[in-house]
Amino acid sequence: MPPPKSDVLPIRSGDDVVRVRQATRARAIEIGLSLVDQTKIITAASELARNTLDYGGGGEVAIEVVQAGARRGVRLAFQDKGPGIPDIAKALTDHYTTGGGLGLGLGGAKRLSNEFHIESTPGVGTRVVIARWK
Amino acid sequence: MDRIPILKLGGALIVTIQVDMHDRLAMALEEDLTNRIVSTGARGVLIEISALEIVDSFIGRMLDNIAAISRVLDAETVVVGMRPAVAITLVELGLTLTGIKTALNVERGMALIQARLDEDGDLGNARATSEE
Repeated sequence: MPPPKSDVLPIRSGDDVVRVRQATRARAIEIGLSLVDQTKIITAASELARNTLDYGGGGEVAIEVVQAGARRGVRLAFQDKGPGIPDIAKALTDHYTTGGGLGLGLGGAKRLSNEFHIESTPGVGTRVVIARWK
Repeated sequence: MDRIPILKLGGALIVTIQVDMHDRLAMALEEDLTNRIVSTGARGVLIEISALEIVDSFIGRMLDNIAAISRVLDAETVVVGMRPAVAITLVELGLTLTGIKTALNVERGMALIQARLDEDGDLGNARATSEE
């Protein structure tokens, strides 16, 4: 079995957000996700990449194909060294925003993923991990 | 810089988004459409998105902004051609695009805009009659 592939992409500009979407699509197709599931994970990736850029002041994402038994999935780990999120529960609430966005990014990304983990330390940064399984 | 072309057909402006939208492109489109609505007096804006593989909240907000600006300038925006997988994802994301008219395809979208232009025509005739 070949080793799982992992890409680390920077998120420093709007163009990088487009590249994150493209890399996510490539992995989603690779593991044979349905068109709807591809669309969901790419959309979630796009929301989180934009959060990393707009709220985290930029950062990076690691995209990898993961395996659990016979199941394969795509996992994305977004990391920034931004101001952090003081109240995660509030940040997950729909339509709550501190940056003039629609406030759907975090909650929406959670709904579009099979797995969602978030850790954030004010003053240190934020890490969000999502996965979508076939 | 890349720009998305805007076509004029009668009283409508037509935009078809064929590329992966990024920030500058979205902002340029908002600006260009606003200028064209004013310079042409268009009453309808048709945005065709069948090539878009996703609509995230960023693109959703762009579409919302365009619809809001058009409305203020007395033009109506109709978004057409959304892929089924995009529609499913959009709703799960929580974007309802309530401020935007949608239609299944270009033909139906143009019919909506044409209905509005016809109304204008009637109104124009009514005005002409009352002035006689």
